[in-house]
Amino acid sequence: MRVRRALTRWLVVLGLLHGIVICAGFFAPYDPAEQDRKSPYLPPMRLHLLDGQGHLHAHPFVYSLKLHKGSFDQYEEDTTEAQPVKFFVSGARYRLLGFLPSRRHLFGAENARICLLGTDAYGRDQLSRLLFGGQVSLVAGLLGAGITLLIGLAIGAVAGYFGGWRDTLLMRLAELFMALPWLYLLFAIRAFLPLTVSPLKAFFLIIVVIGTVGWARPARLVRGVVLSAKERDFVRAARGFGATNGYLLRRHILPETSSVLLTQAAILIPQYVLAEMTLSFLGLGVPEPVPSWGNLLSSLQQYSVLVSHWWMYLPAVVMVPFFLVYLGLASSLQERGDAYKIETRSLGNLT
Amino acid sequence: MRKAIPNLKRCWILPALFLSGFAFVSHRTTASPREKTAKEELLVLPEKVGRPGGRLVVSLRGEPKTLNPLIAADARSREVIGVMQADLVHINRATQEAEPALAKSWKISPEGLSYTLVLRRGLKFSDGHPLDADDVLFSFQVYLDESVHAPQRDLLIVGGKPIAVRKVDAYTVVFQLAKTYGVGERLFDGLAILPRHLLEKPYQEGKLGQIGSLATAAGQWAGLGPFRLKEYVAGQRLVLERNPYYWKSDVKGNRLPYVDELVFLFVPNADAQVLKFQSGETDMIGQLGAENFAVLSRQQRAYTMMDAGPGLEYNFLFFNLNDAGEKTSPEMQRKQKWFREVKFRQAVSAAVDREAVVGLVYQGRGSALWGLVATGNRRWGNEKLAHPTRSLERARALLKEAGFSWNAGSDGGSSLLDSDGKPVEFSILTSSSNADRAKMAALIQDDLKHLGMRVQVVPLESRSLLDRVTQSRDYDACIMGIASYDADPNSDISVWLSSGGLHLWNPSQAHPATSWEAEIDRLIEEQMSARTFEQRKKLYDRAQEILAENQPMIFLASPNILAGAKKTIGNFHPAVLEPYVLWNVEQLYLKNGTENATR
Repeated sequence: MRVRRALTRWLVVLGLLHGIVICAGFFAPYDPAEQDRKSPYLPPMRLHLLDGQGHLHAHPFVYSLKLHKGSFDQYEEDTTEAQPVKFFVSGARYRLLGFLPSRRHLFGAENARICLLGTDAYGRDQLSRLLFGGQVSLVAGLLGAGITLLIGLAIGAVAGYFGGWRDTLLMRLAELFMALPWLYLLFAIRAFLPLTVSPLKAFFLIIVVIGTVGWARPARLVRGVVLSAKERDFVRAARGFGATNGYLLRRHILPETSSVLLTQAAILIPQYVLAEMTLSFLGLGVPEPVPSWGNLLSSLQQYSVLVSHWWMYLPAVVMVPFFLVYLGLASSLQERGDAYKIETRSLGNLT
Repeated sequence: MRKAIPNLKRCWILPALFLSGFAFVSHRTTASPREKTAKEELLVLPEKVGRPGGRLVVSLRGEPKTLNPLIAADARSREVIGVMQADLVHINRATQEAEPALAKSWKISPEGLSYTLVLRRGLKFSDGHPLDADDVLFSFQVYLDESVHAPQRDLLIVGGKPIAVRKVDAYTVVFQLAKTYGVGERLFDGLAILPRHLLEKPYQEGKLGQIGSLATAAGQWAGLGPFRLKEYVAGQRLVLERNPYYWKSDVKGNRLPYVDELVFLFVPNADAQVLKFQSGETDMIGQLGAENFAVLSRQQRAYTMMDAGPGLEYNFLFFNLNDAGEKTSPEMQRKQKWFREVKFRQAVSAAVDREAVVGLVYQGRGSALWGLVATGNRRWGNEKLAHPTRSLERARALLKEAGFSWNAGSDGGSSLLDSDGKPVEFSILTSSSNADRAKMAALIQDDLKHLGMRVQVVPLESRSLLDRVTQSRDYDACIMGIASYDADPNSDISVWLSSGGLHLWNPSQAHPATSWEAEIDRLIEEQMSARTFEQRKKLYDRAQEILAENQPMIFLASPNILAGAKKTIGNFHPAVLEPYVLWNVEQLYLKNGTENATR
């Protein structure tokens, strides 16, 4: 019971976090590629309730920032005019969930830009980029993990179930893959790809590359489970009744691997999000102006950004709750798996 | 105007010489190499008198390859050689005028074909060996020898013939040209006078290319520059010590340079250089980016930060106009049909927001550019060149005239179609190591999106970028920057001429591909032998106008030269010409009571 409750809790939090990122168009006030060339490196605006005269406002508001005289990156609040935060305003076009066209945004202001997390070197709203960037990074993680698990499952099942030379061959191959320095391999693969690839193609290429490289570990785990499952009594009984290999794998053996696979998924997804971030950080991921968490962070390679604009670190902070929740989920899943195993094993002893 | 010294700007030299003579009598009486001996004809510099002693540490972008001016091709080697060698006539980096150096005066014959240079008397190389006309003769013989492959050789071929050098007496040399040469005495700038006593033997043995490595023993290398070799630690630093025989002094008669040692630390990365400077390991920093400059400027109390104004670097976008003939892929043919359309290029130029480039890339420390001669080049800029403001309407009108059309896209944007109904999509290459140009590319990408063009930015490592542009020529468009090394526009001759290797949009052509390129070639050839500045300027102005009409290069912006030094460094005056901070290294000094802590 306790395990299940923890699991539900993690899943709800995860769903919420992903929901925000999936509906980025609604939560983000602006188009992530829209440049405001008058305000590069705008620091995050502060939400106010009290104005300069000490009056309390019912609506939160911000003050626009204007450049210090003679400076190109130092701003000060223009306290002459309060910009009230409006909710459910109409703004830039976007497509909700990728197909529902809409212009409705959670918040915005009428005649000013509200940049709660500041702007980047081109004056693009950092909050919008962060949310849209999350779409790229998280989808890369999810799809990449999906591909890895599929390959891992197939190879692990074949190796474990059929054994013999197939097992030896596949497992040696797995060891080879585990020994590969995958980051450098990714570099090499990316370098061989054509010079100009559209953002969408680049994105899928990364996913495929990340996904195919990491299959070895899940394959070995699956193989272990399959090895023990295929000797279980009910499997032997089914085989005695004339069940085919395909039927046995589908009905009796592969369902046994589900808890291992789920745990692996919860571990792999954040790992692959990180891989995508690494590639994008190094300029090998999705090209500008499409945001991803990695290329949002890539401006930190410059010393001047590192020491002057702290809000450029925020994408790194944002991934922390995601990773925590995924890892929490992974440990809950593992506990559940262990409990399940103990349960069945003791049952097995009884019979 | 090109007669010996009598130029008003140089009037200080003669009185200063007298002054220094007195200074010798009245100043310190102990005989030290800092004092000059009476028969030496020193050059007296008018700057603030400094304090001798101490050492100066600067960082260098990497290890220089050689100390030998005959084989040095990289910027780092040239920077080091610049402080170890000297030339006959030198371009003052601050005034951008030619000034006497090893030659105290020169005369140009009325028909402009023979230059008579008179050397200073009593000068010595850094190893104490005297300098005379034979060293000059030897140097030019070596530069002109085809088997040596000196990079300077091309500069000394005028009118298809090498310059002939003749000795008149031990201190007078005559240079004979086959054709008049518009550059005049500036030709001698940067041509180091080499020590014959050290190089003659290797030259005869054909080993000149192998000597002058950094590992050379200190006693076996000499020059006429302010510093001489002391120590080299591979991968870390190069230590130079002051040349006790240097031929310049200040108005009080102190022999220059002031500092005892000049240390080059090898720091490959611009950000790492900033960190070294902030931690106090280096005393000066040049070639700063605007953002790093802003970071350092916030700590004003510790540093003197200087914005020397617009430099000679020009950044530009160009399209692939090469004609590969039948080998061109159909896709490339389709794209080149747009690129070859003048109105297409003009439209792109009209859509580019140069003010945003200056504001966002250079934080306002730069200037927008519409022609090849950078803003920093005050003498040669064409003031009449139009500076059209950014206008998307004009860009759209131009595209329409050229047969392009638009279709409404699904999500509000529209995409540009060519006359065959194909969408206009291309990629722009930039160097991945240059953050400034990557930013320019991102801005242009957004500008062109407003015209409906779909542009991709492809960062590429700089060597493979150059390879693609000049060798395989497989690219759509590219953003690059070139820094002229001299204010005279002839330093960019290989950009102008259609046969030049830096005529980037279509380099090294056998015959000019277009009539306007042929016209530019003709103008540039003509100015080479024009006699007066006014004539040359007129021809160059015309060439710039042709370039602006045809927009093979879409000029973007030119950054200011930004530099910084510790407050304790005296006479720090960065210039817009290379070497930006070290051009007056002999005059730099450490102010009182600030003995260098890193010693």
